[in-house]
Amino acid sequence: MSAGRATRTPVRPARASVPTRGRELRAARIRSGQWAAWAFLAPVMVYLLAFYVYPLYRNVDLSLRDYTVRSFVRGDAPFTGPANYGKVFADATFGPALWHTVVFTVVSLVFQFTIGLALAVFFSRNFRLSATLRALFLVPWLLPLIVSSSTWSWMLNSESGVVNAVLTAVGIGPVNWLTSPDWSLWSVTIANIWIGIPFNLVVLYSGLQAIPSHVHEAAELDGASGWQRFRLVTFPLLRPVSGITLLLGLVYTLKVFDIIWIMTRGGPSDASTTLATWSYRLGFGNLLPSFGPGAAVGNLLIVIALVFGLVYIRAQRRLGAA
Amino acid sequence: MRPGSIGRRTAGLGVVVLAIAGGLTACGSSGGDDGAPAGAGEGQASGGGTYTIWDPYPQFDKSSDWVRLLDTCGSQAGVTVERAGYDTTDLTNKALLAAQQGNSPDVLIVDNPVVSTLAEAGVLTTTEESKLDVSALSPNLLAAGQAGGKTYGVPIGANTLALYYNKEVLEKAGVDAAGVTDWASLTAALEKVKAAGKKGITFSAIGTEEGSFQFLPWFWGSGANLMKLDSAEGVSAVALWADWLKKGLAPNSVINNTQTTSWQEFATGDFAFAENGTWQLANAKKTGFDYGIIPIPGKGGGTAPAPTGGEFVSIPVQQDVARYAVAQQLVSCLTSTDNSLTTTTTLSYIAPTEEVQVKQVEQNAELKVWVEAVKAAKGRTSDNLGTKYPKISEPMWKAVQAALSGSQSPQEAMTAAQSAAASATR
Repeated sequence: MSAGRATRTPVRPARASVPTRGRELRAARIRSGQWAAWAFLAPVMVYLLAFYVYPLYRNVDLSLRDYTVRSFVRGDAPFTGPANYGKVFADATFGPALWHTVVFTVVSLVFQFTIGLALAVFFSRNFRLSATLRALFLVPWLLPLIVSSSTWSWMLNSESGVVNAVLTAVGIGPVNWLTSPDWSLWSVTIANIWIGIPFNLVVLYSGLQAIPSHVHEAAELDGASGWQRFRLVTFPLLRPVSGITLLLGLVYTLKVFDIIWIMTRGGPSDASTTLATWSYRLGFGNLLPSFGPGAAVGNLLIVIALVFGLVYIRAQRRLGAA
Repeated sequence: MRPGSIGRRTAGLGVVVLAIAGGLTACGSSGGDDGAPAGAGEGQASGGGTYTIWDPYPQFDKSSDWVRLLDTCGSQAGVTVERAGYDTTDLTNKALLAAQQGNSPDVLIVDNPVVSTLAEAGVLTTTEESKLDVSALSPNLLAAGQAGGKTYGVPIGANTLALYYNKEVLEKAGVDAAGVTDWASLTAALEKVKAAGKKGITFSAIGTEEGSFQFLPWFWGSGANLMKLDSAEGVSAVALWADWLKKGLAPNSVINNTQTTSWQEFATGDFAFAENGTWQLANAKKTGFDYGIIPIPGKGGGTAPAPTGGEFVSIPVQQDVARYAVAQQLVSCLTSTDNSLTTTTTLSYIAPTEEVQVKQVEQNAELKVWVEAVKAAKGRTSDNLGTKYPKISEPMWKAVQAALSGSQSPQEAMTAAQSAAASATR
C-alpha cells in the first residue's frame, strides 16, 4: 500500500535516496499486478464477447441485410438498412402476431401471478403435508416442455381429448380447442399458465418467508382482518419480489415458443402465432428460410424485453429512493 | 512472499496466453466467414481419402443396412466414408452453414424440395459438372431436382401419398373400394361410412409444409396450377376438404394433424380412409385390421398427381474439384441398379428407375399401387417453380386452414392466398 502511494507522488527528487534497482522492481510488480488483474478479467470478457456480444451483433447485422440463401452462403448480403423491419411491419402477420403476443403474455402473467401468490399464501401457513403438496405443484416445472405440451395437445384434441370427453359428459358439448381460430390462442395460454404457476409459487413463497412474522403479529394486535393484513402488510412488503417475479415471467413468456409450436404450430392460419413463433417460422419453418426478417422479429422481441427491464430498474430505483 | 507473487504472476500470464490462444483459434476457424472457403477442402484431402456423407436418416445406426452400404461403396471407391445422419429439418440449415464455412460434405442427401433452394444458393454441383448419369431416371422424379435446365442431383428413391382403407369398415358400410374412382364416388363412400356409424377419412392439414404436401394431390387432382391458387379448380379442392369437415366426414382434428397423428387416428380402426404415405406400410401391418390401398382419385377420375417425397443424392461444391471424381463414384454406387433395390427397400422407397421398380413389384406385389402412384406423382418444385414453391406453399396451407376452421370461405381463403403468393414471388 505505502509503496503504491510513494510511486504516485510526483516529487521525484525526494525519493532519490531509494536504490534504483528497488524502485524498478516495485514498479514492475505493480505493472504485473495490473496485468494479473486484466488476466483474471479476460476469461469473463472473452466469454461475454464470444457468447453474448457477438451473437447479438450478428443478429442485428442479419436483420439489416438482404439475406437470400445465396448471399447467406457467400456472405455478401447487401446492407439494406431497416428494409427488413419495414417488411416485417408491413406484413399481414405482424399486427395479429403482436396482438397475440400481448394477449398471451398479459393473460399468462396475470393468472400465473395471482394463482401463484394465492398458493404461496396458502402454503405459507405450515400444515401437515404442505411440503409434499408444494412439491407436487412443482411437477409442471420439472417436466420437459415437449412432454407437457404434447400432453396438453392430447388432452385438448377435438375428437379424442379427455377435456372434450368431460365437457360432452356434462352436456356442454365439444370445443375445438386447438383447431378453432377462436380458441387456439386461449388453449396455448392455459397450458402456459399451468406451466408458469410453479415458478411464481416458489419465488413468492420464499418472498413470504422473508417477511418477519412480528409485523403480522403487530397488525393482528391492531385488529387488522385477514384480508387487510394481506392487502396492507403482505402485499406491500412483497413488492420487490413481485416485481422481479413479474419481470422474469415477462421475459420468459415473451419468448415462449415450444408450447405454441407443439400444440398448434401457431395455427390455424396464424390464430395463435406470436412474435416468437413467427420469428422461428421465418427463419427455419419454411423450405426457403428468410433469415433477415426472422432476425428482425427476434430483435423486436429483445427490444420489448429490454424496455420492460429498464422500466423495472427505474421502478426499483424510485422504490429505493422513497 | 516472493515465491507467492511469482506464482501469481505466472498464473496471470498463463491466463493471458490461454485467452490469446483461444482468440487466435477462434479467428482461425472463422476464416471462412468472408466467403473464402479455405482450409477445409485441403484438410480433408490430406486426411488420406476420407469422404463425408450427410444424410437425413438419423434412425439408422452403424449396424444398419444403409450405413453398411455406405461403407461398402466407400471401400469400392478406395476411400473411407465418414457418415453423419441429421434430422431432415435440420439438414437444410446445416448444409447452408457448412457451405458458408467452406466445409460442405462430399455427398449430401437432402429432401427433394430443398434441392432447388440449395442449388440457388450455389451449394450444389450440376450433374454435368459432377458427371453423374441421369438418363435412366424417371423424368417426373428427376424434375424436382432441376432448375433452369440443369439437374442438381439424383433421386435415391421416391415415396408419395395414396389412400389407405380399412376393409372391415368399408364392408360394413357396403362400400366397394374399387368403386372409388373420383371425388364424387369418394364423398359418397364417406357418407355411407358415416351412416354406418364409423368415421370417414383422416388426413393432415397442419400449418406447415406437411399440410401443403397432403393437400397437393387434391389441388393438382382438380386440375389446378400452383401459379393460380384461386382458380375455380383450386377453390373446388379446398371446398372438398371443407365440406368433408362440415358434414362430419372428416374429423375437425385434421387441422392440427401431422401425418403421424393422422395415422394414429386411422390405426384406431374407426376410420374408413386415411391419406398417408409409403412409409406407413410397415405400420399398416401392425394395425391388426385388414387394409387396402388405392391411389388418390382426381376430381373427374383417374389418379391424381401426388407430390413426391424422398431424397436426392447430390454433390456439394468443393474448393478442391479433384474430389468430385470419388464423390461421383460414391453416388453412382448408391444409386446403381444393383444397390438401388437394397437402398430403396431399406428406406422403404419406390425406386427412381423403371428397371428397379419392376424388380420391387416382383418381390412385393403390394408395392404395385405405390409404383403407379409414384409414376403419376410430381415434384413440388417441378413446373419450373423452384424456389418459388415455398413462397406459394405457405399461403396455401394457411388458406386451407382458414377454410377448414371456418374463418373464411374457400373462395375468400384462396383469393387471399393467391395475392399473398403473388406478392411473395414477384
